[in-house]
Amino acid sequence: MKYIKAIFIFVFFCLPTVTGAEEVKEYRLDNGLKVLIIEEHKAPVATFQVWYRAGSRNEPAGKSGISHLLEHMMFKGTAEYGPGELSRIVQKNGGIDNAYTTKDYTAYFELLSADRISIAVDLESDRMQNLTFEPKEVSSERRVVMEERRLRYEDDPQNSLFEEVVSSAFKVHPYQRPVIGWMSEIDSIERKDLYDYYKKYYSPDNASIIIVGDVNAVKIIEEVKESFGDIPAAESPMRDIISVEPEQKGERRVLLKREAELPYIIMAYHTPSFPHEDSYALDVLSMVLSGGKSSRLYQSLVYDQKIALSASADYSGFNRDPYLFFFSATAAPGADINEVEKAIHTQIEKIITDFPSDREIKKAKNQIESSFIMGQDSIYLQAMKYGIFEMLGDWRLIDSYLEGIRQVKADDIVKVTRKYFTENNRTVGILIPTEK
Amino acid sequence: MNDKNAINLLSLPAASGRGSNSLNKARLPLFTYNGIPFNLIKIVFISLLIAAISMLPSYAHALDVKRTVLPNGLVVLHSEKHNLPIVMLTFIVKAGQINEPEDKAGLAYLTAELLTEGTKHRSALEVSEEIEFMGASLDASAKRDYTALSLSVLKRDIKKGFELFSDILLYPTFPQEEIERKSELIKGYLKQQEEDPSFLAERAFIKEVFGEHPYGRLIEGNLKTIDRVKRQDIFDFYNEFFVPNNSIMSVVGDLTAEELAILIGQYLGGWKNVKEGKYSATPRSIGNVYSLTEESGKGEGIFSEGKKAKKIIKIDRDLTQANIMLGNPGISRDNPDYYAVSVMNYILGGGGFTSRLMQSVRDEMGLAYDIHSLFLSYKQGGVFLVSSQTKNESANTVIQEILTQIENIRKEGVTEEELSDAQAYLTGSFPRRLDTNRKIADFFAAVEFYELGLDYAEKFPMYINSVTREDVLRVARKYLDHENYVLVIVADQEKANIEDLQKTAEVLACISYN
Repeated sequence: MKYIKAIFIFVFFCLPTVTGAEEVKEYRLDNGLKVLIIEEHKAPVATFQVWYRAGSRNEPAGKSGISHLLEHMMFKGTAEYGPGELSRIVQKNGGIDNAYTTKDYTAYFELLSADRISIAVDLESDRMQNLTFEPKEVSSERRVVMEERRLRYEDDPQNSLFEEVVSSAFKVHPYQRPVIGWMSEIDSIERKDLYDYYKKYYSPDNASIIIVGDVNAVKIIEEVKESFGDIPAAESPMRDIISVEPEQKGERRVLLKREAELPYIIMAYHTPSFPHEDSYALDVLSMVLSGGKSSRLYQSLVYDQKIALSASADYSGFNRDPYLFFFSATAAPGADINEVEKAIHTQIEKIITDFPSDREIKKAKNQIESSFIMGQDSIYLQAMKYGIFEMLGDWRLIDSYLEGIRQVKADDIVKVTRKYFTENNRTVGILIPTEK
Repeated sequence: MNDKNAINLLSLPAASGRGSNSLNKARLPLFTYNGIPFNLIKIVFISLLIAAISMLPSYAHALDVKRTVLPNGLVVLHSEKHNLPIVMLTFIVKAGQINEPEDKAGLAYLTAELLTEGTKHRSALEVSEEIEFMGASLDASAKRDYTALSLSVLKRDIKKGFELFSDILLYPTFPQEEIERKSELIKGYLKQQEEDPSFLAERAFIKEVFGEHPYGRLIEGNLKTIDRVKRQDIFDFYNEFFVPNNSIMSVVGDLTAEELAILIGQYLGGWKNVKEGKYSATPRSIGNVYSLTEESGKGEGIFSEGKKAKKIIKIDRDLTQANIMLGNPGISRDNPDYYAVSVMNYILGGGGFTSRLMQSVRDEMGLAYDIHSLFLSYKQGGVFLVSSQTKNESANTVIQEILTQIENIRKEGVTEEELSDAQAYLTGSFPRRLDTNRKIADFFAAVEFYELGLDYAEKFPMYINSVTREDVLRVARKYLDHENYVLVIVADQEKANIEDLQKTAEVLACISYN
């Protein structure tokens, strides 16, 4: 059992020092494609990643899940390489490839021996413009994604509650929709929908390429220019979404009754995202509350009171638009979920009454800093760090993030706690187990 | 960072639910290697990690590991890496699930979990607070064959980090209050895991395959056995096995040999060995070990001659998908067929998007997000399994297709192209498999534990490249069984309606538990 927050490994990159040690070579091709190259010669491997600024927030109404289904289709063939051919070529060369979709962006990557990285350049440039969308492949992959939805959400009580809470917290903004999409809407996505979406968002001026590893920047940028340089930019400039979530004025509560073993609670508060000035204090606060077994939530709910099996606070400001700060806890057998909810409120109150100590704040900052340094052990995570900040606007935002974290003081944490953790700004979801 | 909504092309929620229980569960942009969920990789990291290692001679040498046996018997493996200011330490105690008595199943797990919950010098909170204050991590967990401690620490904090590591290793106090607290948490966790269909499938599956052997039990034990573990049992287990001449320490990172020697002298110097010689952990309560590698008839399990039988286990739950697990006993890690089996399994269902099962069930039929096969190999045996999830109504089709694929590879073997692609992947992925200090530290500890030799990385390509089509066919016939298998289906049984399967094949045992 691991109680340490899983976000650790991905928060890795989030902090100080060391950034300076990495030299980022930045290029922009005439068609608008941005390329970042970080030479890292510690091991003879490299990663090639293409990040598109298109995720579930960009989806047309009634077509939730289209970004993710398109991600699947990106492996289903072009005129040159048939369905599945791409993965076969990469694996034959000892590499792996994969992709993932989020609310804000979709990322594709290959990990290979550095001397094989040209393969990735060729394959990624091909599928940026030449996907075929065979009707047979579309209908088969749609069924695969529906199975994925069953696996991740329909048959997982805690994940189902998460979906309920997020879709209740948002009324207007597309963050309301799950990335994987609602079942009926996935089922409605046709070849033409996918093609239009692909043509609209998958263009060089809406993408960034990140290369990290044992490569020669001068040499590989020439290969990238050769392969991607002729791909035309989008015909009309990209228009961003216009929806803004109105202020929430009253607590929302949702109950989910289904077959499960233990009650589970999620509380979500609307909060701003990075680089809003409050985002740094919210980040440090989440670590004070739940950065390991010595943090406040674990110590009070799990260790002292023994009313929860796990308890965590979860915040990431790395979203294009304002999102949510989550609290969650699984009730211990026999414990009353209402007591668990009260205990979480008590801990929020205590941030205001018992100021976080200097040592608690220093610990939170050390954890963020060290995970940042340890994250550099992996070229995959290194590339991901740059990609995430690129998607928010510019990889250089890394520095302002680090600086912002360093500046956080106890007063700031108390201030954001008072400001955002109010009853009116809250959505509470409770999983109530039933017998079959 | 925590993209809670990130969805992958192929990744799985924890198949046996051994991950974090927080909101982050299953929502991180995790990805899988070869379609194998990470948690399973962890369980048998050696068999999979090492299976993927090949040789680039210059690079293998660049790993440059130094092996030393200390006077007290502790084996130390050290590799200097000064590219980052971090130090990764992996420590293996050669005692795990196989060394615990059946009626106290969970003893090894509980012992490991309690190492960080109080020492002669620190309370549980002090241990976690001091580690977390440095932004370091220090964990201990029991596995099937051994117990692993893992320290990740910044170079600037290595002295403090090493001191804390030695404190939990040498001076745990196992406070009664902490034993009770941890036992309750583990039991609660097991209860919550009942929500996870893949956990239910795996638990039933290993029980049928391994029978009374410890591998057939959950590493956490069960609600009854956990309560039977007393403080004295934990002390006895700890005192018997946690000795230097039963342990391996692997250190990789920004640390010189001199610096390491000073740390060892200062913090592990007084650690005494036992029995004045080479110590070896002995298994307890082995029960029946089933292995198809032994000529038939030796064991007394269901797969020995005369008891061979198909077993179908149905578990009824309110689910939209049927969770299917099908397989049979596999091979131990020291079986010479290990490499031929690795190649064969890659082609059948281990090779991610390119495997036969994936191409057929996912790409052509569109019936599952994930389907993969695994050979999990341990000291004393192993298991072969195919795992997939499909909507209840498709369960029969997927099961039939799995059996067909197993039968095909047994009948016709593989093509020359499939063989060379598999060999190219398994050998060519080596550099990636050792591209972080953490992976290298774990690798050397495992190589030492399974006695593979420090030149293993250099020899591995030869092991893989010497596998022929005839070898693949032979091991497919020897280690895959399409007639006498264990099949577990966790599903809405009414909708899954697996009667068709029972009509087409004789079912000798059909158990339903709920």
